[in-house]
This record gives sequence, structure tokens and C-alpha cells, in this order.
Amino acid sequence: MAKVILRRIVLGFIALFVAMLILFSLSRATGDPRYIFIGPEGIGIDPEVWDLMGEKLHLDKPVPVQFAYWVSDIVRGDFGESIALQRPVLQVIKDRLPNTLKLAVAAWILGTIIGVPLGVFSATNRGKFLDYLFRGFALLGQSLPIFWVGIVLIFFFAAQLQWLPAGTKGEGGFISFKHLLLPAVTLAWYPAASYLRITRTAMLEVLDTEYVKLARAKGVGMYTVWWKHAFRNAIIPPLTLSVFVLFGLVNGTVIVETVFAWPGIGRLAIEALWATDFPLLAGITIIFGALYLLMILMLDLVYAFLDPRIKYS
Amino acid sequence: MNTPITKKTTENKIDRPIWNAPIRLFFIMRRYPIIPMMVIGLLIITAIFGTWMEPHDPIRADVLSRHIPPFWMEGGDTKFLLGTDALGRDVLSRIIGGASVTLLVVTASVTTGVVVGTGLGLVTGYFGGFVDDVVMRIVDAWGILPQLLIIIIIVLTFGQGLFVLIGVLAMLSWTGAVRLVRAETLSLRSRDYVLLAQIAGASNTRIIFRHILPGVINMVIVTATLGTGTIILTEASLSFLGAGIPPPDPTWGKMVGDERMYVGAAWWTSFFPGIAIAMVVMSGNFLGDWMRDRFDPTLRQL
Repeated sequence: MAKVILRRIVLGFIALFVAMLILFSLSRATGDPRYIFIGPEGIGIDPEVWDLMGEKLHLDKPVPVQFAYWVSDIVRGDFGESIALQRPVLQVIKDRLPNTLKLAVAAWILGTIIGVPLGVFSATNRGKFLDYLFRGFALLGQSLPIFWVGIVLIFFFAAQLQWLPAGTKGEGGFISFKHLLLPAVTLAWYPAASYLRITRTAMLEVLDTEYVKLARAKGVGMYTVWWKHAFRNAIIPPLTLSVFVLFGLVNGTVIVETVFAWPGIGRLAIEALWATDFPLLAGITIIFGALYLLMILMLDLVYAFLDPRIKYS
Repeated sequence: MNTPITKKTTENKIDRPIWNAPIRLFFIMRRYPIIPMMVIGLLIITAIFGTWMEPHDPIRADVLSRHIPPFWMEGGDTKFLLGTDALGRDVLSRIIGGASVTLLVVTASVTTGVVVGTGLGLVTGYFGGFVDDVVMRIVDAWGILPQLLIIIIIVLTFGQGLFVLIGVLAMLSWTGAVRLVRAETLSLRSRDYVLLAQIAGASNTRIIFRHILPGVINMVIVTATLGTGTIILTEASLSFLGAGIPPPDPTWGKMVGDERMYVGAAWWTSFFPGIAIAMVVMSGNFLGDWMRDRFDPTLRQL
């Protein structure tokens, strides 16, 4: 098993390297990266600064060498400097990351505690009213555009009823529950729908097995069978999904943070888009990619712990 | 008691109780996705004939008629059925105008992505070796990059435009197709009928197209249909964020995005385009589910 984990780690590093290669080729696809500093009017920086910057970014060397410099800088934790904010990329991300993490984790937990139980009830009530109701809820969650859900929620709960604030994370170092509620609900609906569907399928499969029927025939209570016998064996698909959901929330946060004016990484990415701030975007992308790889590895370890039957191949 | 039973049953068959009709309709609709097909048909018709169906010019602004509510509300006008936006443009006309963009972008990107992905999957799965390694490493690398961020980076490097958008969305679907087709090809190529074809002297091209492709094509079509919903939502999100097709062409995502600051005063400007997106996505999901159950039951767990 150690061998398999080692192989996964090596493959992960290769993937990260190729991802960096993709990003680097994109940064050079439009030519000299210094052109970003020149405005549409053709004025920007004087030739001396131009040369100095070229030296600093190693633009006087061949392209593969430039790539090697770039990678070695990143490995040492230097993601370069943000063009728009004139600060090191890593520092900018460090400032904003906690806000995004709070939002994403809140949505993650909310999605899990809504989606998984509803999926179980949907499976145990197969073909009945509750099943259709929950599946309708899932269908809506997977079909409604997330930005539209956010705007509609703002319209009802912030503009019409005035129960909750429309955006921002509120004052102080911590995020108040009131401010977190609307963005988290908006972000959690789609994952909740995914959880529901996958848990339902897994539960239906397990409920059909002989040992579940035997447990019922022996006279074990319905709820014990559902939660103790069936659910524990249906837990692997939702668990696998949870890592993908957390990674998928990166996409969601970009939109939700824009709708709710939430000062996190997602809005930072959009601001970087408007400022054509390539180093910042590349830094965000690589950091999220690395975090994702780490999560997949951890998932492999959790599998081995949860279900000893799983054989690595 | 005296009436023959046979007669009674035939009578029952003819005079079904009135509440049976909706139930029967429900079962017919469960067997065939009629409503989703109608929605998709409507989308195709509006996309093709949209220019003649628009009651007003979707692009020209008219400041005098800004933020007129839908016709059933107070102050509404039957000239503008779904109201007007902040620049006085008719919301209904803009929704109709946006249909063509949605249809074009989605069909073009899904087709490109699926054809490229299937081709690569067939080649890597059948031949293996160095090409397989290279392609799979790129697929792995693509998988760890957050999709929306990498799309934004590509839009930033190549600029906004229709072809960039189509290419970028095609990239969303190709990796999934490669993985799926490659796995299926790997299992198919060691089957007896493929081995026999090889012994009979069939060329690799012939085996791939005549013997392996028919075995994977159903799965490809089903997963492509299931994936259209995500593509439409991503396109709408990009338009919403301002990274989609540049103005003035109307798209549904952009309509929501442009008008979102007025939601308190004029909810209809961002509400109806969202409904349009949701209906098309929902229809795509329904059709995909139906096709999966129908053509490829092995994919049930997806």
C-alpha cells in the first residue's frame, strides 16, 4: 500500500508540474509579458525600466530557462508580485484566504448535512411523495444558475423582507452568522443536490442487498437497519464526492463572492481579471491545485481506514 | 349482481374517472420526456428564427422607456410583455436574442470537446504506450486546475470573443470524454471479436472505427447530453462575470449580471433570464437522464 501511495504522490507532482507548464505557456502565449504594463495608448514605462524588468523576470534568457526560474521561484514560495496591487502574490492570497475558507467550509458543511440525510430519506421512501419532493429539490439545485439564486435571495431576504444583510462579511475579525447565511445557502444548494443524488443511488443499491433484507427479517428496527446497516455501507460515494465538492466550491465562490461583495479569493480573481493581473491569477490557480492534490491523497488514506476491503491497484 | 362482469370491466375502461387523466398523462410523461423536448425545440426555433420573433430591437436603447414593469403589474405596458431594463430595452426581445448565443455556444463547444475527447480516448486506449502517458498526464494536470479560474486566465490571455468562449467551454468536456472512452476502449480491445478482427487482418483504423467506436458511442452521447447543463451554466456564469461574449450581443447570463444592482427596484430584468437558463438546463438534465436509462443502463450510478 505504501508503494501505491508513493505512486500517487509522484503522479500528483507530475500533474502539478504539467499544470505549471500549461500556465507558463499561457503567460507567454501573447508574447512579452511586459506588454501588460503598456496601456492601449502606447505609453507606459521608459526603456531603462523595461530592460531592468526584463532582467528581473529573466526575459533575456531562453524560454525553457525562464520556465525553470519560474518553477524554482514558486517552489521556494515566491509567486512573484501582483501587478495591480504591487504586493507579493502570496501575501495578498494569505490576506484573503480565511474569508473564502469560512464561506466554503460553511457551504460544505451545510451541503453535507442537508444533502446526505435527504438522500437517505429519498431512497427509503422510493417512489413516494417525499422522494419526488427531494428529487425536485435536487433538480432545482442542479439547474438554477448560482448567481441567479444569490440575486433572488438578496431580493427576498435583504430587499423585501429586510431580515438579512445583502452582502459583505460584516465588521470585526470574525464573520457574523447573519452575514454568512445567505452566501452559504446560495453556495450550498448545488453540492446538496449532488450529495442527495449520489447518496440516494448508493442507498438504493445497499437496501437491495441480502444482508439488509435479513436484518429486517430478523426483526431489527427499520431505522436501525437504515442508519446502521445500510448507510454505513453506502458512505463511500458521498465521501468521495465530498472532496470534489470542496474543490468545486472554488468555482462557486468566484460567483457567490461577486454577488455578495465578499472579500475573498474568488472576488480577488475577478479583480485580477479586470486588472489583467496574470501573476496573481496564476498564483491562486496553483495554490488551489496543490491543495486539491493534497485532499485527494488524504481521501485515499481515509478510504483505507474506513473500508479495509478496498484494494489498491 | 345480475349484470355480467365482462360488461362492467369494459365500461370501466371507457368511463375512467376524471382524475385518471392527469395520472395517465403523468405516466406517459415519465416514459417520454415531452416537456424537456418541447423546451429544447422552442430553444432551437427561437435561436434560428429569433430575429423575426423579437417584438423590439434587443440592442437599441431607449431611455424614455426604462424599467417598465411586466404587463400584468401596475404601470406595465402590453407593448413590453416582460418589461424593460435600465436602458429601456425589451427584456423578452433580449431573451429571444440570447437564445441563439446559448444554442450556438453549447452545441459547438460540446461537439468539439466530445469529438476531440473521444478521438484521443480511442487512440490512447487502443495503442497505449508513450502517447497514452503524455495525454493522461495532461488530463491529470487539467483536472487539478480550478476550472473557472483557468477559463478566466485563458479569456485574459486571448481576449473575449465567441471562438475563445467556444474553445474554452470545449476544454471543459474533453477530459471527461478522454477518461471514459479510454477506460471503455481498454476493456473492449481485449474482447474476442476485436482479437478475431486483428487475426483476420483488419487494419487498426478499421478496428477502431468499425469495432470499438460503436461500443462506446452510446456512452459518449449520453454523457455529453448530461454535461450540457454544466456547460450552459458555465457559459452563463462567464457572461455574468463579464468574461463571456463582449457587448452588445445579449446573453442570458449577461442580462442578469448587468441588471443585478437594480434587483430591488426592477426584479424582472434579472429574474426572467435566470428562468430561461434554468429551464434549458433542467431540460438538458432530464433528457440526459432519460437517454441514460434508455440507451446505457450501465451508467446508472453516475
